[in-house]
Amino acid sequence: MTLPARKRLSTSLPLGSAGIPEYLILPLSQHVGTAAEAIVAVGDQVQRGQPVAKATGYVGSPVHASSSGTVVEIGPHPVPHPSGLTADCVVIRTDGEDRPFNGYDPLSNYRTLNAPALRARVRECGIVGLGGAAFPTAVKLNVGVGLKSLILNAAECEPYISCDDMLLRHRPEEVILGAQIMLHALEIRHCCVAIEDDKPEACEALMQANASVGDDRIEVVVIPARYPAGGERQLIQVLTGEEVPADGIPADIGFLCHNVGTAASVYRAILKGEPLISRIVTVTGEGVAQPANLDVRLGTPMAHLVEKCGGYTPSATHLVMGGAMMGFPLDRDDLPVIKASNCILVASREEVRPRDTALPCIRCGECARACPASLLPQQLHWLTRAADFEQVEALNLYDCIECGCCDLVCPSHIPLTQYFRYAKTEIWARKNEREQSDHARERFEARQARIERQSQERKQRLAAKTRTLKKAGKDEAARKAMIEEVMQRVRDKKSGSQNESEPE
Amino acid sequence: MRQFQRTMPPHLRPATSVTRVMGEVLLALVPATTAYVWYFGPGILVNMMVAVTVAVAAEAAVLAARGRPVASSLGDLSAIVTAVLLAFALPPLTPWWVTATGAAFAIVFAKQLYGGLGYNPFNPAMVGYVILLISFPAEMTRWLPPGGLDLAAERPDLMATLGYVFTGQLPPPLAWDAIAGATPLDQVKTELGLARTVEEIRAGPLYGDFGARGWEWVNNFVAIGGLWLLYRKVIRWQIPVAMLAAVIVASTVFYLLEPGNYPPPSFHVFSGATMIGAFFIATDPVSAATSERGRLIYGAGIGLLTYVIRTWGGYPDGVAFAVLLMNMAVPAIDRYTVPRAYGHGR
Repeated sequence: MTLPARKRLSTSLPLGSAGIPEYLILPLSQHVGTAAEAIVAVGDQVQRGQPVAKATGYVGSPVHASSSGTVVEIGPHPVPHPSGLTADCVVIRTDGEDRPFNGYDPLSNYRTLNAPALRARVRECGIVGLGGAAFPTAVKLNVGVGLKSLILNAAECEPYISCDDMLLRHRPEEVILGAQIMLHALEIRHCCVAIEDDKPEACEALMQANASVGDDRIEVVVIPARYPAGGERQLIQVLTGEEVPADGIPADIGFLCHNVGTAASVYRAILKGEPLISRIVTVTGEGVAQPANLDVRLGTPMAHLVEKCGGYTPSATHLVMGGAMMGFPLDRDDLPVIKASNCILVASREEVRPRDTALPCIRCGECARACPASLLPQQLHWLTRAADFEQVEALNLYDCIECGCCDLVCPSHIPLTQYFRYAKTEIWARKNEREQSDHARERFEARQARIERQSQERKQRLAAKTRTLKKAGKDEAARKAMIEEVMQRVRDKKSGSQNESEPE
Repeated sequence: MRQFQRTMPPHLRPATSVTRVMGEVLLALVPATTAYVWYFGPGILVNMMVAVTVAVAAEAAVLAARGRPVASSLGDLSAIVTAVLLAFALPPLTPWWVTATGAAFAIVFAKQLYGGLGYNPFNPAMVGYVILLISFPAEMTRWLPPGGLDLAAERPDLMATLGYVFTGQLPPPLAWDAIAGATPLDQVKTELGLARTVEEIRAGPLYGDFGARGWEWVNNFVAIGGLWLLYRKVIRWQIPVAMLAAVIVASTVFYLLEPGNYPPPSFHVFSGATMIGAFFIATDPVSAATSERGRLIYGAGIGLLTYVIRTWGGYPDGVAFAVLLMNMAVPAIDRYTVPRAYGHGR
């Protein structure tokens, strides 16, 4: 569907810099997968680009200091997360000197390196997807064979967000060079950079950069600006007409999607030896005086960005991280920018959806027309209300990407996406509960069987002993020896039972 | 630190509302209403007034009794749409108590007792109309011939209309025998029963270029409103196209087989309630099928049943019955027309 883009709001000013804030708050978990583990202590001096936490687990990523200074705290802090909970963070008081760490050599000879070596560098530089999901890039680059094409996503279909647009206007060559590195690491020969037609300046810059690099493996494709074309599965459908299987990933049909910002940070990690310590953030909405895009060091508090953009306007009432369609609300502005923060939207009351009461569904079917996954939101809504989760699953609720299109076209203003999020967690919780009760029942049954078996065995042992005792009945010596042996065993058991309790 | 209010995504404002949808439907009926008044006099305006008053009062009463918010539910304009569509189905001169009974029945029984807006399985306006057609056949079949014809030289004006609607008496110079007439569909049915051919019947003064005089133009103006609704995306093309196509295909087949006994497709399309059925009645989303494929089946079913009832049934027009019959089929249609979701095998 076509949405009001509202991107011009933040693209009139050139790309700025947010500078170095007094404190940097670096959450240990800024990405999909397991949280990183702090490797610095309070009081340590750190340099710009120095790792402060190491990755744990395959799907994980390290965290680097985004400027030089002193570690003043390692502990729980509020972080930007839909739950509003706190998480462990490394807090650095900056010294303003911004001394570099120089721990990673530029790999200008990357063409002579193999894929695992490049992936290792991408991983140790802490690079994750910058489109918003923050999935570790090294894991995604390890897709195996059979890949047809790398797709670099510059669609940026969400209203308000323009960070990829500004990246392409200002540093298009970084994206092209990053694409070359990725092609080398993936050992394939085709890359398609997809960009929506509402960003002519970025598109022009990208095509010029591509022409000057002169790599015929890389192709720029302009697609119509239709939300949610930037969704991985939707983008593949727009570009190729193929659909990613519901239970699979794009690589199953030979495609791999990365955000253009990710490609630029891969370029920096490989050719400049710079870990991921900053990103471009769109600061926009009617709640900021001068909306703009800023190059921001990770860990910078959001209030600092708003200050750089002229501060709040009197109408600022809502704070959202991400775009107006899929971004989640934040309670407070002292939260740090993380790797996934593509946009900080400070909205006025007039810009956001009012919390009015929904009317009943009139079955108009517009939601089904708008759904990019061809689901029936209206039926899913009825079934969720009826708590018929079996049918909800049968109608493929899990293919819902929560893009919010159905909400927007609903004349009854029903919060459909919210219903679907609820249904998903409810189904998940019920499954969990069922598994737990199944597990408990199995344990109980196994215990009953074990007790039964043991008492049977005891009876058999007793019977066998009685028999041998009877056999030895006449022979007094043998009988005595046997009794003595039993007594000894009881004594051993008694002295032993103080240390180890006998199993049932 | 500054605190902010939370709203859940998506944060953008919805683009439309039920009130807008219903309001546009009402607006789209303006051309047809104008044509109606031109050809049949001010009766429809009086009928609309009575129906709207009763429908709104009935809706408010039931909402209050059910403990639901009255003002916001009336604000969705759905009761007014039902009343206006019912008024379109009534003869120009209908006693007020007939109109009131239909409107009250449509709102109370067909809509609110099922749970109100969004929950009614049957089209309320058509339920109200069918109740009246069955209960008061004499009042419901006394039509006026369209204006501009010799046989309607004397027509009731606004005062005469009001007088008849509210007192049941026509002012002295007018008499039912002088001014009343059957609808063209009715007449064709009767005369075919008298073994006259379609050719002969259509030579009569009631008939115009493609349908019947007056009615064909009301139908044209209904279609203009319908096309505007399509353009505004208030309705989608599937139901009207499928319904009209089914009527055309069925009537063409029989017309080609036996032109003397079966009226041509143009007559069916531009007579009776075909157009208003296709664009305004069958497209009522609450009681229609929801998926695109489902709507094609639903619309085609209505078109086909309309033709069957008109041709072989006991009533001259069949749109209302066809709509109600297909309403019953909606759950089954929805069940078997679930679209293939993204990423699930073709």
